[in-house]
Amino acid sequence: MNALKRLFPFHGGLKTVRHKAESNQSPIQPGILPARLTVPLRQHIGAMAKPRVQPGDRVLKGQMIGQPEGYISAAIHAPTSGVVTAVESRPVPHPSGLPDLCVVIDSDGEERWMDRQPVDYRALHPSELRNVLRNAGIVGLGGAAFPSAVKLNLGGQSEWLETLILNGAECEPWITCDDRLMRERAAGIVAGLRVMAHLLEPREVLIGIEADKPEAIAAMTDACAGTGYEVRPIPTRYPSGSGKQLVKLLTGKETPVEGLPVDVGVQCFNVATAYTVHRAIDHGEPLISRVVTVTGHVRQPGNIEALLGTPFAQLVEQCGGYRDGVERLIMGGPMMGFALHSDEVPLTKAANCILAASAAELAPEQSVMPCIRCGACVEACPADLLPQQLYWHARAREFDKARDYHLFSCIECGCCSYVCPSHIPLVQYYRYAKNEIWAQEKEKEKAELARRRHQARLERLEREKQEREAKLRQKAPGKAPLTPGPSPTRGEGSPDPASSSNP
Amino acid sequence: MRFKTVTSPHILQDTRVGQIMRRVLYAMLPGIAALTWFFGWGILINLTIATTVALLAETAMLAARGKPLALHLGDSSAIVTAWLLAVALPPLAPWWMTMIGVLSAIIVAKHLYGGLGYNPFNPAMIGYVVLLISFPREMSTWLIPHGLDQPQAMTFLETARAIFNSELPARFAPDALTGATPLDVLRTRLGLGKTVTEIRNSPVFGIVSGHGWEWAALGFLLGGLWLVYTRAADWRIPAGMLGGIAVISSTFYLINPQHYAPPWFHLWSGAAIFGAFFIATDPVTACATPRGRLIYGAGIGILVYIIRGFGGYPDGVAFSVLLMNIAAPTIDLYTQPKVFGARHR
Repeated sequence: MNALKRLFPFHGGLKTVRHKAESNQSPIQPGILPARLTVPLRQHIGAMAKPRVQPGDRVLKGQMIGQPEGYISAAIHAPTSGVVTAVESRPVPHPSGLPDLCVVIDSDGEERWMDRQPVDYRALHPSELRNVLRNAGIVGLGGAAFPSAVKLNLGGQSEWLETLILNGAECEPWITCDDRLMRERAAGIVAGLRVMAHLLEPREVLIGIEADKPEAIAAMTDACAGTGYEVRPIPTRYPSGSGKQLVKLLTGKETPVEGLPVDVGVQCFNVATAYTVHRAIDHGEPLISRVVTVTGHVRQPGNIEALLGTPFAQLVEQCGGYRDGVERLIMGGPMMGFALHSDEVPLTKAANCILAASAAELAPEQSVMPCIRCGACVEACPADLLPQQLYWHARAREFDKARDYHLFSCIECGCCSYVCPSHIPLVQYYRYAKNEIWAQEKEKEKAELARRRHQARLERLEREKQEREAKLRQKAPGKAPLTPGPSPTRGEGSPDPASSSNP
Repeated sequence: MRFKTVTSPHILQDTRVGQIMRRVLYAMLPGIAALTWFFGWGILINLTIATTVALLAETAMLAARGKPLALHLGDSSAIVTAWLLAVALPPLAPWWMTMIGVLSAIIVAKHLYGGLGYNPFNPAMIGYVVLLISFPREMSTWLIPHGLDQPQAMTFLETARAIFNSELPARFAPDALTGATPLDVLRTRLGLGKTVTEIRNSPVFGIVSGHGWEWAALGFLLGGLWLVYTRAADWRIPAGMLGGIAVISSTFYLINPQHYAPPWFHLWSGAAIFGAFFIATDPVTACATPRGRLIYGAGIGILVYIIRGFGGYPDGVAFSVLLMNIAAPTIDLYTQPKVFGARHR
């Protein structure tokens, strides 16, 4: 087995409850084909895909129905064959609870694939290869859903990559989809990893897996035999699966504030992402399904490889349905996941877990007490922040001070809230402060735009005036201009109050 | 099906403010037991008076401020304040003194500043200092510890009468009961030009420091270590404070061992151990940053030594803590930890 290589622990973090055994005992089961699939066109960070189908169109399984728009975007595909019945706003799993544009497909039950073309990645130019991945809709499946093709392009950011990290930590309690995937499809993951390594040409490839997944570690180690890729078991400590923390843990490098791991020569992908790369390259299959953990207060917790667009309710049904007393439905893990209003929302690329929580799984409701500055949050914070200080400033709406205390370095992992003996919803305060600051910045931008527009108008009026005068002069040569003295220079002395704030 | 939407995290650790406070109370028990053994029933009577007054004052203030009573009384913080003050009082302190001290602590130092979490000064130490300044004679008159000169211990009734009626039992000679504390003895005799060795021969001293006192210090050390072990108190504060005392007292001891008491004497005397683990560790009024807590503790330790050696009082934990309370926000400002990723800029 692997000798425990040198690790570089990050500050803080937690030993949380685990609850992995509920769902990691049985193999991944194929999802039942739903009669109707609702496929959101925005399942990734970046621009929404542009719909390429209209109601009434027949689609094949794997056919592109949403085209990537702009650089940071990814394609969306029909998860099965059938008829498009609507392209309209539908409820989607998003913290805002707002609906978003979706393509609704009534399945014909035939699962007829489009023409699938495996690709020889070695024969393609890197930019062509990235385009294949972008058109296959590949995004990070760890939860962030960032378009992978963008991360696979080092561009001008650095000449070469030191380390490529595959993230199999899966540190959140309850979630086991990556664990099962690594146990069952390690070869596919490594095949996808090879494609990534081909594009990035890293000096080393490391696979970080929390030590509480010995089967996954063994399977991945076997699959990596002869490749030079190293599987590194890491301590079971939340949030070791958070990108920057994992990079620190494995390489000792700290991602700069407001920077990306690639700034220190490291790039990090989720194991499930590598698997979808393999499906796209070696089988020509775009990203139309993913493994999702359905667990908590359901009758038969487990992992399902389900088509994107499958309603959560159906996935829960496939796992035996809810047990009595479910209060909260969480997408993602209990530390960072968000609670949904309803289970009538479709599975998306970002959904790694559906956690049905009853009082037994949740923290009992506690009254909030005043902060006693005990410092438990400081000890727990993996970003080395002073959470209680951030809290005071966010609460007092002193956003500038919150910024001075590095509010934007907060990764919202929830460790501070978890340990707080006063049960203060700290993370909520930070989200609030961030949103307020963003709103203020938008206001500022608007004001700046208004100022520029006003200035442009003044310039235009001045220009028109001069043109009129010039015309007048042409008509009546020899006559002096009507306005005496020099004309006012642009902008100066304008009555616009916003111009005083011009930096 | 519709579900409740609450923001993450959805699970929490089962710790409560009340738990931490009650841990502090449990941790004080060994020290209180030792104090009671050497100084008699007065310790327990004082604790009872202080607890009762504190709970009444806390209830009244919470009600006046319109706070939910059960929730806030349940945090036990008023009892902690009462106990911290009560064990610092002379065992025969008249009842009204204890009451004035507790009322100053709970009403003025705690609630008038905004209640739990908002008070800039350690409430128990405010109460103590109010008494020390107002009643210096009463505050420096301690019972002579059990097993020293004193032929028989005072009974419970005798003690209660002394505390509530200010009547000392007739069977003792007036000065057979009370005397100066070891730190007081050290101070006055050094002032008379005696050497430390001469002074240490006095019967008020025991193995390391004051007779009886040293056992209370041991009790508080055990309880304090348990507090640190259970993370109810941050190790940095007692480490900083005891380290501060050790460094400065060693320095002076090495310069002139006949004029300055040895470091182990200072560490083990008066309220050093008790203050380091129980008083200075009050998180509300201490520094919040890890490095800041070390500095905060060290500052208290150094001030304690300065007040003991060069100030007007035999011990100085209360003043030192209050002085460092004032400095805590500034120390916090300059000891912020480097944020993740800042090391590379």
